[in-house]
Amino acid sequence: MVKKLEGVARELIALRIANEIPDGSYANLGIGIPTLVSNWIEGRDVVLEAEVGMLNTGPLAFDEAIDQDLINASCQPVTELPGCSYFSSSESFAMIRGGRMDYAVLGALQVAENGDYAGWNVPSANRGKLGNVGGSMDLAVGARNLFIAMEHYTTSGEPKILKRCTYPITARGVVKKIFTNLAVIDVTPEGLVLREVAAGLTAENVQSVTEAKLIISKDLKEMAL
Amino acid sequence: MDKVFPSVEEAVKDIPDGATVGFTGFFTCGNPVYLTRALAKQGSKNLTIVVMQLGVGNDEINLLLENGQVKKAICNYPFYRSFSRQSLFEQLMKAGKVECELFPMGTFAEKLRAAGAGIPAFYTPTGAGTLLAEGKEARTFNGRECLMETALPLDYGLVHAWKADRMGNVVFRKTARNYNPDVAKAARITIVEAENVVEPGELDPDLIHLPSVYVTRVVKVDRPKINVTIEKS
Repeated sequence: MVKKLEGVARELIALRIANEIPDGSYANLGIGIPTLVSNWIEGRDVVLEAEVGMLNTGPLAFDEAIDQDLINASCQPVTELPGCSYFSSSESFAMIRGGRMDYAVLGALQVAENGDYAGWNVPSANRGKLGNVGGSMDLAVGARNLFIAMEHYTTSGEPKILKRCTYPITARGVVKKIFTNLAVIDVTPEGLVLREVAAGLTAENVQSVTEAKLIISKDLKEMAL
Repeated sequence: MDKVFPSVEEAVKDIPDGATVGFTGFFTCGNPVYLTRALAKQGSKNLTIVVMQLGVGNDEINLLLENGQVKKAICNYPFYRSFSRQSLFEQLMKAGKVECELFPMGTFAEKLRAAGAGIPAFYTPTGAGTLLAEGKEARTFNGRECLMETALPLDYGLVHAWKADRMGNVVFRKTARNYNPDVAKAARITIVEAENVVEPGELDPDLIHLPSVYVTRVVKVDRPKINVTIEKS
């Protein structure tokens, strides 16, 4: 490992992703950094879907606003926004698999240069071929644009952006863009294209903590926050 | 037609050993808590339980596990999120006392939907090329690899509703709907616990979420008190 690269805070990774989701979109946000994207989308014309069976999920609910019959997919109490709707689980996944989600933002353990990603099974957890798969595989194959939001490397300094995933994959060839604390990377047929780096970092810094070879974009920019 | 049963105990009395029983609910939301407690009391064994999550935000399922009533679970979220913490289910599984069959959440829901709609199997791109594809027929449609998944019919479905009429027309409330319609339709015998039971004609027929044909029994229960949020999982 080279010297620790801080990059931007989790909230700012989320902001960067929110800037990439245009008004008029339907989107599903996973657990972790993806959930933080909702803070930056509040008030915008973006409809969030929750796998539990809701469209236009509102902000978190607190105190007397909590309704035990109204949660998001992370089991947090939430609120309604005008124009929201409820439906069954099979309906929820029909719209996900059927390509109605313009964007899905999910966390990942590893992403590979061929667009594979791994996020549901950690071999060290000793759970064999089982894990909390939840809706991740359906979202990965169903969303029109799959964005991955994660820290660029593990807490012990291992790279997470690899030539090939070593953990069991969630889906093959599905990732469109990777947003980390250090960079914004496009997944293209030619390979991973480094588009943006966090303020104060160089492309070389980012490559030093990335196993896969990065193609440096001709118009490489500072992360657009 | 009057499908109302006098108690949850009466409603689950005939669930035999070896039955495949579906449970609704998404973490803490929309679980058939009273029927599940009654099934724990009733004590039938060797059950195959079909439920989204095991032990996470669902204490009633843990009662069945504690009693040794479960042979196998078919699910999509078997564990606590934390790797350091083991649910009762995980402990039993690692001790070889209970089997686990895992499906992606959307496939799980569609297997129930298919069973209810008389579709024996379907193809889905979900899970292709992953560990969960092992042993499944793969076929390519429009250049995309898909897996064949089979329907998941249930002997019994346990359902939690907001309102039901005596004929079995049902209305759910907010995100407590989740797997309820899918489990209800997949089951040969569907038992609905409802927070409100009304006379036929009192529910707006244009706003019925589950038509009466899918419902076998209805039983009135109190509105459960549920602490939303999964304790550190």
